[in-house]
Amino acid sequence: MATKLTARRHRRISPTSESRPVQWLLIGISLIFMGVILVLPLYAVFHEAFSKGIDIFLAALSEKDAQAAIRLTLLVAAIAVPLNVIFGLAASWAIAKFEFKGKAFLITLIDLPFSVSPVISGLVYVLLFGAGSFLGPWLKSYGIEVLFALPGIVLATIFVTFPFVARELIPLMQDQGTGDEEAALSLGANGWQTFFRVTLPNIKWGLLYGVLLCNARAMGEFGAVAVVSGKIRGQTTTMPLQVEMLYNEYNATAAFALASLLALLALVTLVLKSVLEWRFGEEIAAGTHE
Amino acid sequence: MEVRVQNVRKEFDRFPALHDVSLDIRSGELIALLGPSGSGKTTLLRLIAGLEMPTAGKIFFGDTDASEKTVQERNIGFVFQHYALFRHMTILENVSFGLKVRPRSSRPPAGEIRRRALELLDLVQLSGLEKRYPNQLSGGQRQRVALARALAIEPAVLLLDEPFGALDAQVRRELRKWLREIHDRTGHTTVFVTHDQEEALELSDRLCVMSQGSIEQVGTPDSVYDQPTSPFVFGFIGESSELPVVVENNELWVGGRAIGVPAGDAKPGKARLFFRPHDVELIEADASLSGVVTTSRRVGGTRRVELAIGGEGQHVEVDLPFDHPAGEKSRLAFRPRRWKLFPAA
Repeated sequence: MATKLTARRHRRISPTSESRPVQWLLIGISLIFMGVILVLPLYAVFHEAFSKGIDIFLAALSEKDAQAAIRLTLLVAAIAVPLNVIFGLAASWAIAKFEFKGKAFLITLIDLPFSVSPVISGLVYVLLFGAGSFLGPWLKSYGIEVLFALPGIVLATIFVTFPFVARELIPLMQDQGTGDEEAALSLGANGWQTFFRVTLPNIKWGLLYGVLLCNARAMGEFGAVAVVSGKIRGQTTTMPLQVEMLYNEYNATAAFALASLLALLALVTLVLKSVLEWRFGEEIAAGTHE
Repeated sequence: MEVRVQNVRKEFDRFPALHDVSLDIRSGELIALLGPSGSGKTTLLRLIAGLEMPTAGKIFFGDTDASEKTVQERNIGFVFQHYALFRHMTILENVSFGLKVRPRSSRPPAGEIRRRALELLDLVQLSGLEKRYPNQLSGGQRQRVALARALAIEPAVLLLDEPFGALDAQVRRELRKWLREIHDRTGHTTVFVTHDQEEALELSDRLCVMSQGSIEQVGTPDSVYDQPTSPFVFGFIGESSELPVVVENNELWVGGRAIGVPAGDAKPGKARLFFRPHDVELIEADASLSGVVTTSRRVGGTRRVELAIGGEGQHVEVDLPFDHPAGEKSRLAFRPRRWKLFPAA
């Protein structure tokens, strides 16, 4: 009798969903996992940052080296993100709208930074521009320092973050096809008009989404930048590097104050990302499932 | 504007899509490119538009060689199967797009652009919807917007790629009639691609039947339907039945029996007989085609039966009055009233 009853109740829920206890178990596991792995550390960061009061927190942020690190991080992102937007647009335009040999290879290549350890990415630039390389001394003879200077940090950041925009746009543009562009051309629009009036508006939310992820990673990148920066305090230390240095000097409050800024950036990114997904989910969806 | 396609060949990655195609399109006519998928009809349309470039051959718009011109320079109106409306623009903005992107020197003033766009929306019976976005319209409405948008640039030629392909049957019939009216009113030279023979027969002044990258026949709907010049056209346009026959003594023979159909000037030997299922007469004579009914279906106002003829398992279809008493296994004798003989393949 009892089995008959549960059987009848089961028929009311959709065939792909699980029974109540299983649902609770799955949700519970996810929540505990997220709590331990995500929420707790985030709480710890903010707690530690404010542990000695807001004055100490503000002092730590207004300290000269901290200010320099913040400025450098913003500058690097301000250079790397627009360049990656241009690269991402160009690459996805080429891949989605044209047929050419080596297309599959190019797509694989774009994913390379995701599969290579950031430290290796940094080391590649040391090999390319270091004292023992061909390019390094040659550029130095013209007074251009790449390694242990801004150009190196920007290059490493670009390398690590370039898949974000392209990855987001390629499936979106492939999904949209070339129909709208052909329509615009047939109506007499030239290439630029077609791009700015038709192609770009069609992908703008996907592009913004890609930029957001790219920016978060550009500001947070540690490994690759650590290798090429030389960690000259006040000059070539970005925020993540500064956090590590402060922490190693047992200056936990200052380290966490700076870290809390990065964490805040992550939270803002997350919120904006959710808003975009909620508002323009359909337009972005093409890019999120791979 | 008249359009001449001259010995055009098109290959995609060395796979030929069109072999040496020539076609003269008369000024002001409505011509259909009709064929099964893969026949090259869309490729031909896109070549005329300039959305593809020919591997060899030339395309003339009037007396000027358009082959080297870009799609923008050709001034064509193109309507896509899936509308290709700009989804972030209102209907009015969509229709005015072609005028707004013109260089300053030839661009009409903003008020004039708006007036013309509204006029066109009136022509396609969408007045009042100019502030809507494409996703707020039905498929039929979207396609009418697409047509208004194409007409806005006053194209030399209007090209439509399966314009009604994505619409349901009812809307398709309405739009068909309506497109004919618009064409008669505006007088644009119009080329449209379709795989729907009924659409092509009803809508066009002339039709161009294509198969496997070549043109099979060009002519008015009547001439193509009544005088098909190849087995493919006979089979593709309208209903048809086919039967292998033997030509001997100026007569046609099936399974050793004369069927009472004169052979005309056909050469003796094997041949293929084509006729329309509805164009037959039932007779009681020895010299006839006779067979046993294998299936019988009611199709609208007639009854279509399939007959097994001779001992070799040949089947043909003929139409009977819907109240004809013939049932399965009954024997029927008939002769085609009109027919066409083609040499055996």
